[in-house]
Amino acid sequence: MRQFYRRFSAILKARNLEFFRDRSSLGWSILFPVLLLAGFALVFSGDGKSQYKVGVVNKTSEVSEFSQTKFVEFVSYKSEQNALDKLRQHRLDLLVNYQSKTYWLNESSPNGYFMEQILLSKINAKDWKKDSVDGRQIRYVDWVLPGILGMNMMFSCLFGVGYVIVRYRKNMVLKRLNATPVTAFEFLTAQIVSRLFIVMFLSSAVFIGCNWMFDFYMLGSYFDLFLIGVLGAFSLISLGLLIASRSRSEELTGGLLNMATWPMMILSGVWFSLEGSPEFIRQVAYFLPLTHLVEGARAVMTEGAGLMELSHHIAVLVTMTLVFLGLGTVLFRWEGDGR
Amino acid sequence: MFSMSAIVEVQNLTKQYGDLTAVNGISFGVNRGICFGLLGPNGAGKTTTIEMMEGLIQPTSGEIAFFGRALDKEALKQIGIQFQSTALQDYLTVNETLELFSSFYPEPADKDEVMSLCDLHEIADRRHQKLSGGQKQRLLLALALINDPQILFLDEPTTGLDPHARRNFWDLISDIKKRGKTIILTTHYMDEAEYLCDEIVIMDQGNIIAQDTPQKLLTDHFSGAIMRLPIANLGDIAISDIGRPFGEHHVDIDAADVEQVISDLLSRGIKLEGLQVKSANLDDLFIKLTGHQLQETSETEAGESI
Repeated sequence: MRQFYRRFSAILKARNLEFFRDRSSLGWSILFPVLLLAGFALVFSGDGKSQYKVGVVNKTSEVSEFSQTKFVEFVSYKSEQNALDKLRQHRLDLLVNYQSKTYWLNESSPNGYFMEQILLSKINAKDWKKDSVDGRQIRYVDWVLPGILGMNMMFSCLFGVGYVIVRYRKNMVLKRLNATPVTAFEFLTAQIVSRLFIVMFLSSAVFIGCNWMFDFYMLGSYFDLFLIGVLGAFSLISLGLLIASRSRSEELTGGLLNMATWPMMILSGVWFSLEGSPEFIRQVAYFLPLTHLVEGARAVMTEGAGLMELSHHIAVLVTMTLVFLGLGTVLFRWEGDGR
Repeated sequence: MFSMSAIVEVQNLTKQYGDLTAVNGISFGVNRGICFGLLGPNGAGKTTTIEMMEGLIQPTSGEIAFFGRALDKEALKQIGIQFQSTALQDYLTVNETLELFSSFYPEPADKDEVMSLCDLHEIADRRHQKLSGGQKQRLLLALALINDPQILFLDEPTTGLDPHARRNFWDLISDIKKRGKTIILTTHYMDEAEYLCDEIVIMDQGNIIAQDTPQKLLTDHFSGAIMRLPIANLGDIAISDIGRPFGEHHVDIDAADVEQVISDLLSRGIKLEGLQVKSANLDDLFIKLTGHQLQETSETEAGESI
């Protein structure tokens, strides 16, 4: 056991030194997500929507005068709680319940104020009860942050583990290690822990730095967010190990890694929500680890989800990790292609 | 079945890659404390043999024993290995690389001592990508020594080094041998084998074609000297009448009695212009045994080294 720890920590230390001394790739892995976020913040700095949106709970058959207002979209909700959450996030400008004759608005929303004025001109204010919620608007940059950080983690995990192991195998670093008493288990554990540390360290640094610039919308706990990050990174690293378990060709592995990353870039909800997409797309997305990482992190940040609400994502990520890791370890060869 | 005097014993070792037989049923033993050389051109099967001995390649058939036991991870702790070409993890200094490998072994050698032996103290903080060829070989040798091994494997350790660096490396290996280590090396430089090795095996196309001490091999196959004559001097006389060809322009004659051969040549009207008389070396032995030249083979087969 002491031997294991000595070898493991030596490989871990060497790998970390190697990474942090490679200034160009280190710089890029920090700069890339920051530039993307800054770009999005700039492009989507305007509100983007010209239309007013009013939520309606318990829609009655009677046609009210207010609901005839032009240029306002009326969205019907069954659950009042659900609608109130949208109002808090500025996704609704006003919420109306015709049965209980109550309306809600978000005090920090200018659109809410206009909608209230229009509503008051159409109803008898004495019969109605006014209530207010508060909550900041979710900007696109708040929404897209988990996606961009997740995508950056994905590239770092898959290429940082998969590519590096194949490179080690091709230029015979692995062969040299195999000629020492180091076991595959010790080597792989050190690679995983090293990459996990690197990815979480850099992602946290980027998150903290960007949070200082953008002041992100954050409802949940930072611990839950970190946990989802670790689990997501672990599953992606395992996938990288699996892809790199045998090949000694950097070209082939590069292709395989691209084949793994591109569907996740497009389908895992990095850039846009999958809510409205066709069923089969969502089913494909379900089997991609990044989907669960991004959706989980987004749920923590924008909905304040706790571990209970995240349990499904956590279970899927853990299962994927175990499957990838198991296969990757069994298939692993020091020298590639069955030699 | 393994003899007790040999520290490493190889029996009927064979390796096949598909139709290609890289190593063809070879056997030999290595005694403790000697420098043992595997000689031959590129593609002769030297590296395949040494890597099977190191446990990196699975033999198709045959047996290898260390200290009378089959090779296992335990025996790996007793051997040190220097590959033909080894990349190390990037961005690590000489010192860090040694520390890394040192931690792999339960009882590593003293790092400072190994560094002094291999003359690495001056470059301890340099990243290994920035080392010269000779410095890099010294680092790789230090890595092979870091576990204080009893047996040291060196696969073509001086290939690509300049003559000066080669000389230094030879002295270093002689030093290590004096410390009682057993050294097994492969090389395609016959002068290197003559300088370093107590016993050699000459391989060609997967087979052992000669096996003994360098001196014994030379006295067995050559008596006296070799006389080398330009082919142009022969006139109409066939090469096979008086000797064997060496390259395109020369003929080699084994001469037990140099004076006798000279008077024979003169009596047949062959001019002696450009005549060289030299004692035979392992290069000449290899040519005699295989009928082809070592360097020639290494050039044509360089692309298919295994």
